[in-house]
Amino acid sequence: MAVLAEPVAEVTRSSLWSRAFESRNFLGAMFMVPAIATLILFLAYPLALGFWLGMTDTKIGGAGRYIGFENFVSLAKDSVFWLSVFNTIFYTVTASIVKFAIGLYLALLLNERLPFKSMIRAIVLLPFVVPTVLSAIAFWWIYDSQFSIISWVLIKAGLITRYIDFLGDPWNARWSVVVANIWRGVPFVAITLLAGLQTISPSLYEAANLDGATNLQRFRHITLPMLSPIIAVVMTFSVLMTFTDFQLIYTITRGGPINATHLMATLSFQRAITGGNLGEGAAISNAMIPFLVAAILLSFFGLQRSRWQQGGRD
Amino acid sequence: MSSVQIRDVRKSFGNFEVLHGVTIPIEDGQFVVLVGPSGCGKSTLLRMLAGLENITSGTISIGDRVVNNVQPKERDIAMVFQNYALYPHMTVADNMGFSLKLRGASTDEINKRVKRAAEILALSPLLERYPRQLSGGQRQRVAMGRAIVRDPQVFLFDEPLSNLDAKLRVAMRTEIKELHQRLKTTTVYVTHDQIEAMTMADKIVVMHDGIVEQMGTPLELYDKPDNQFVAGFIGSPAMNFLKGHVRSNGVATFEGPNGVKLPLKTAPTASDGRPAVYGVRPEHFTIADDGAEAEIIVVEPTGSETQVFAKVGGEQVVAVFRERHQFNPGDKVRLKPDPALVHLFDEATGKRM
Repeated sequence: MAVLAEPVAEVTRSSLWSRAFESRNFLGAMFMVPAIATLILFLAYPLALGFWLGMTDTKIGGAGRYIGFENFVSLAKDSVFWLSVFNTIFYTVTASIVKFAIGLYLALLLNERLPFKSMIRAIVLLPFVVPTVLSAIAFWWIYDSQFSIISWVLIKAGLITRYIDFLGDPWNARWSVVVANIWRGVPFVAITLLAGLQTISPSLYEAANLDGATNLQRFRHITLPMLSPIIAVVMTFSVLMTFTDFQLIYTITRGGPINATHLMATLSFQRAITGGNLGEGAAISNAMIPFLVAAILLSFFGLQRSRWQQGGRD
Repeated sequence: MSSVQIRDVRKSFGNFEVLHGVTIPIEDGQFVVLVGPSGCGKSTLLRMLAGLENITSGTISIGDRVVNNVQPKERDIAMVFQNYALYPHMTVADNMGFSLKLRGASTDEINKRVKRAAEILALSPLLERYPRQLSGGQRQRVAMGRAIVRDPQVFLFDEPLSNLDAKLRVAMRTEIKELHQRLKTTTVYVTHDQIEAMTMADKIVVMHDGIVEQMGTPLELYDKPDNQFVAGFIGSPAMNFLKGHVRSNGVATFEGPNGVKLPLKTAPTASDGRPAVYGVRPEHFTIADDGAEAEIIVVEPTGSETQVFAKVGGEQVVAVFRERHQFNPGDKVRLKPDPALVHLFDEATGKRM
């Protein structure tokens, strides 16, 4: 009996296993495992760890203990932190607005019939292709207090008498990094908007032309409304990328002079890694989350398809 | 409303000339159809009329005014595009009222005119919808509505029915014709479909390779085509062409392929032995004892008529009968063209003899 019983048990087990693989739900779950594992490992875990670290006084090399919201309380009294919040908002708002304006202008220009169009398009993409750190170093030289090419040109032209202190003065430094960010971010906006422009049927412009629309009216009544869904996507991405920018600032100014260009991201890095206060740095990072969520929500509602884009019959 | 004069108009793209001197007079209130195979220049001509393409040489006048250098919006024309070109982000009412709004018309005026156009086109219940929520035929009507609210001098239609299914196309054809009879606005209509041209036009202009092959009323073109191209283009199924020689000694006949004898009413003067093309429409065949011998290949009944494909002198021809003959593939019959209704074309030039 006992000899017979074993193979029977074996048969039930293997059939259970194979039956599981025939089940739609089980198979579906198995296929999702790699994606879920990746998301947990590389997104959820670091995020949760960041949250947790923000609630501790962990230092590099030390275990740290839970201290609740103490990091946030001390940050609330920290003028450097508030300066970085101001800098981040200033940086994001000015750079995004200018990037949108220049990007839209370039996109409209590139959508026209131009000689050497493909070459101009390639040139427009260039800032996007160059590694950020490399272009940051180039800007660093452009803004150098002794070797700045801008100052040199202006002096040779007789427009100024002293070299401009681009990175030594707080407001000069803020505008300088904003310009660098604009230079870097315009291609993304321009090329994406150009792609959007090319989806607008030329016959709409012809129809508007026959309907009596001037160039400006065509832009206002055809181009802008047709482009608005893409503008919403592009600007969401642009704002998110600018808000979390780190490389440009860290390479050009390292947050100086006297913290005048510190963004929340660079301050977080400085406090956590350079300063060793992992807990405090994580808390600064966490403080960015409400702003980012607000931006995402704004674009979520902005992105909801307007009525004219919805298909079907009612 | 006004007349349109197209005088010796040419159009080149770079060194490539697509229109080689086209002259078309269009009377006030006329419905003119430009028809021809694709690439014949008909759409280009229409776009030149609209002002969307430059005129390389020649003149186009609307009314008494030469419009070569007049901006499209000042030409007082309305155009219905092949893809309708409705503004997707505007409701039907806004689409139709857009041109009036740009012109600074009052809201009352716009509403009144949009409402009237919507009534004409049975669009009243759809005024608040967006183009995406409409069927193809409804979009087509909105495109026409957009044209008629403006009450322009000339309507231009660029293959407006080619995106519709066959049944709807027939219905819209009638609707457009009815609309024209009601509004009596001068209309220029471009199509590649000769049935559309035949059914709708007051005057058909047949174009081919950038020239006008012939213009005239639909029945003129059908009865007396100037050349072999027009003869083959107008009419469905197309006219049969048989190559051969004219024999005018004694009784005028046509010696077709492999010596098959075909009747002629009269032979053109001094044409004995001349190589020519004998044209006969499928509906002008009868079964007669003195007809040419033919072998039936395929029989296609459509209900109202029967199309019969047969070989005459080794060449395939098609004949259409309204009577219900009992034919089977392989049967031998005698097909006789009606000598009063056959056409003779010069073999070299394709011109009517």
